[in-house]
Amino acid sequence: MSFPLLTATAALPAIGAVATAAVPAARRTAAKWLALVFSLATLVLAGIALARFEPGGERYQLTESHAWIKDFGVRYELGVDGIGVVLMALTALLIPFVILAGWHDADPLETKSSRWRPTQGFFALILMVEAMVILSFEATDVFLFYILFEAMLIPMYFLIGGFGDRAHTGSDENAAAQRSYAAVKFLLYNLVGGLIMLAAVIGLYVVAGTFSLSEIAEARANGSLSMATSTERWLFLGFFFAFAVKAPLWPLHTWLPNAMGEATSPVAVLITAVVDKVGTFAMLRFCLQLFPEASKWATPVIVVLALISIVYGALLAVGQRDIKRLIAYASISHFGFIILGIFAMTSQGQSGATLYMVNHGISTAALMLVAGFLITRRGSRLIADYGGVQKVAPVLAGTFLIGGLATLSLPGLAPFVSEFLVLVGTFSAYPAAGVIATTGIVLAALYVLVLYQRTMTGPVKAEVQGMADLKVRELVVVLPLIALLLFLGVYPKPLTEIVNPAVQHTMSDVQKKDPQPEVEAAK
Amino acid sequence: MSATAVHSLWTMAGGVTSTAPVEKFKAPVIEYTQLAPVLIVIGVAVVGVLVEAFVPRRARYYTQVFLTVVALAAAFAAVVGLAAGGYGTTKAHIAAMGAIAIDGPTLFLQGTILLTSLVAVFTFAERRLDPAAHGKHVVDSFAAQAASVPGSDSEKAAVRAGFTTTEVFPLVLFSVAGMLVFPAANDLLTLFVALEVFSLPLYLLCAVARRKRLMSQEAAVKYFLLGAFSSAFLLFGIALLYGYAGSVSYATIANVVNGSVTQIDPALADTMGNDALLLIGGAMILTGLLFKVGAVPFHMWTPDVYQGAPTPVTGFMAAATKVAAFGALLRLLYVVLPGLAWDWRPVMWAVAIITMLGGAIVAITQTDIKRLLAYSSIAHAGFILAGVIATTPDGISSVLFYLGAYSFVTVGAFAVVTLVRDAGGEATHLSKWAGLGRRSPLVAAVFAVFLLAFAGIPLTSGFSGKFAVFKAAADGGAGGLVVVGVISSAIAAFFYIRVIVLMFFSEPKADGPTVAVPSPLTMTTIAVGVAVTLVLGLAPQYFLDLASQAGVFVR
Repeated sequence: MSFPLLTATAALPAIGAVATAAVPAARRTAAKWLALVFSLATLVLAGIALARFEPGGERYQLTESHAWIKDFGVRYELGVDGIGVVLMALTALLIPFVILAGWHDADPLETKSSRWRPTQGFFALILMVEAMVILSFEATDVFLFYILFEAMLIPMYFLIGGFGDRAHTGSDENAAAQRSYAAVKFLLYNLVGGLIMLAAVIGLYVVAGTFSLSEIAEARANGSLSMATSTERWLFLGFFFAFAVKAPLWPLHTWLPNAMGEATSPVAVLITAVVDKVGTFAMLRFCLQLFPEASKWATPVIVVLALISIVYGALLAVGQRDIKRLIAYASISHFGFIILGIFAMTSQGQSGATLYMVNHGISTAALMLVAGFLITRRGSRLIADYGGVQKVAPVLAGTFLIGGLATLSLPGLAPFVSEFLVLVGTFSAYPAAGVIATTGIVLAALYVLVLYQRTMTGPVKAEVQGMADLKVRELVVVLPLIALLLFLGVYPKPLTEIVNPAVQHTMSDVQKKDPQPEVEAAK
Repeated sequence: MSATAVHSLWTMAGGVTSTAPVEKFKAPVIEYTQLAPVLIVIGVAVVGVLVEAFVPRRARYYTQVFLTVVALAAAFAAVVGLAAGGYGTTKAHIAAMGAIAIDGPTLFLQGTILLTSLVAVFTFAERRLDPAAHGKHVVDSFAAQAASVPGSDSEKAAVRAGFTTTEVFPLVLFSVAGMLVFPAANDLLTLFVALEVFSLPLYLLCAVARRKRLMSQEAAVKYFLLGAFSSAFLLFGIALLYGYAGSVSYATIANVVNGSVTQIDPALADTMGNDALLLIGGAMILTGLLFKVGAVPFHMWTPDVYQGAPTPVTGFMAAATKVAAFGALLRLLYVVLPGLAWDWRPVMWAVAIITMLGGAIVAITQTDIKRLLAYSSIAHAGFILAGVIATTPDGISSVLFYLGAYSFVTVGAFAVVTLVRDAGGEATHLSKWAGLGRRSPLVAAVFAVFLLAFAGIPLTSGFSGKFAVFKAAADGGAGGLVVVGVISSAIAAFFYIRVIVLMFFSEPKADGPTVAVPSPLTMTTIAVGVAVTLVLGLAPQYFLDLASQAGVFVR
């Protein structure tokens, strides 16, 4: 038996979480380093997985399969396709930065009783989330995926509710109330989505008798499994609802601004750049693969919802006064693009959507983390409290600008490639939708540049006067992310090579071919 | 009723005595080894009563705890022995002259009841929770002298003298003995006797709380009155079913329901086969059982009794009673009334739906942790009913599994409740739990695990159980129930999470409760609860196998 690489990649952060949690209360710094080391080791394993993945090979590679709960027809089955392996690598890549950026976010404010260990808890929870997210990208058993999909809510919930952003206006009590409101809202939205999915998961079992993706696909191929149209649609809706809450898609998005606003910036990155990707990933992996007919049936509605997400998210981002909420609404707009790309059902659209997941992860991480550094310095999340930062802290302002430009998909930076692909893919299938989606780009320029202008340019505000520029730890966080944005912006081929074959598989699942370009005959 | 029938009966009886030679009296065949679990428990319970009479006060506590633990452990060993001997599968049969069924469900449920009780008894024996309150005397959860009037001089004298109510241990054993027979009962009279045997000690146990004694006594009176009422329903139902079938034996009734019995008892010629009797009788028996299960609309006693009873008793009662009562309900529906499934299924559908929704919705408004858990237990009863309704072998085994998983979570959760205390005893008001996670992270984390299991979050036993029953229900064509179950799970999640929010995200109050450091006894209870919760969540396969092997009723 070969080395279970996928299991190891997920198990390592889980072990790290336990180890970190076990560090004695006084050895806070040791806990941080331990968490960082584990996250880096995970990154190495994920890198190996990425290197061993052969883009042209089998659909699912590095597979593992063990019996687990026979009575439920559940197996512990792992395997990655090009989409899964890339997202897994993205997760492993972002977590060390999240940990580094949140280095001081969970230091206890005062010495409480010796048994209270917030720092250890914070980093252990981050690693726990990493473990579950990675495993969910690898799971090829619907039940296993569902369990992780639900279980990852719990550590996320404690991260949001237990460790709020210390830069808040108003009293501590008020902030605590808002924070727990945000955490509960996050959990309830996602739990309701998850429970509805549970009904659909059970329904799937009743229909198919198994949870294994490969077995279901095989049964479909040889005709031994056929779903009634209405059954397939109901099951599709159950799954899609859960993923749309997670992704989040308008009108199920309202938990995101609360959660991202109240959480610390690294946790906000964790939410939007890592955990939410599970939702969009699952649409590709499960909705399209398990319910191809229903997916096609639902496409018009989902495309419209995605368009609303794009425009509505961008419009609300323009109107925000709070930096983090602005980024949250921008993310809603971007998730609209991802979902649009998936359900355009063209290979460009889906490749673009997958790339978008990666690029959005990196660019949002860069923007959000720099914003977090800025907010920590000033102690306020309100845009109006800033002004002229670029004169005082030029490096901070510069990195913030690059993160912002990436968010508005400036050519030369990674998100441009993916956004372009999504738009092209959409346009070839739904021209009108492509046109409407383009307004999202225009609005993105507006909210990013206005944000930059109000905070960074202009006369230096008195409170901003003594603001320190980025420190070494912060530079270590930001610079690699920016380098990646530039690299993937200029040379996206390594990613597209891995992703494209997987997208072809998904396209064949839904039995869709790309629309042939219509060229008017030359006269 | 024809006079001739009665007449002929008399003459026939007379004829037999006059002409035939006196028949040899046939001694009843009792399979003592197969009844060993029940006999052990009931025997030690009797010994426990004698201990109260003859052993000096100082030594009683240790003697009683020792005897109780040994009895439960020995009975469990006997159950395991019987199961290993194949009595759960191939050798399953009707024992004790048709009174007791020894089969898979019986042994599984008896094992569950015994283990749960064993774990729960540790919390009964806990004496370190209130070290400061009563000076040098040891203090447990039970009144110093149950007979003394609350607040009276005699109560004070009893407390000063350091009396303890060690009678609780034999009472628990009697109750457990009744519960062991209840799901095994194979005729309606045994069912009724078992019900009374396990209920009467419970009424008493509810009344003997050391703190908040008036509330405790009120709870006991409520429980007793309503319990007696439901017993009456059950008994009346039994009478009607006897009138319908001419027998109290499960198998005979089932045969009459099926129409495979043609011989009519001449004494009952008028009533036998009368469907009205069957329907009304069946409904009344179901009412009695649903009362014990705590299903809406027969749930009214649950919150008051759960709140008023001493918390260890609540934990024991919430777990073990539910197991026993669902066992009896399963046997009744699957063995006696399967021929009537078309009639009882719609009713049970309705009961399951209002139980799930009612429990979950009313729980939201609760401010007392014990009442909250009471309503949560009602909602869980609804989930289990969804599995009961499946009427498939899967349905039986999923219910068995759910009961096992649920009972340990319940016992563990109530054990944690006993630890959080202030000057007035247990601090059960939710507002007092604010910030518990800051003050004692471990206790709060453990309680959070139990709450997550109640909420059915994956990787806990609650999820495995819920998945099992919902799957069985969906397979059995009750997809609608699954949808309602999922919705009420979502509602229920809200209040479990509210408690977690309170514990972890609220600032501790200055005059908040303290968390008692328990003796190893309660620690064992809680540790077993957590361990079972996680094991059944992560690797439930072995226990699912066990449950599905056990999922066949002998007829």
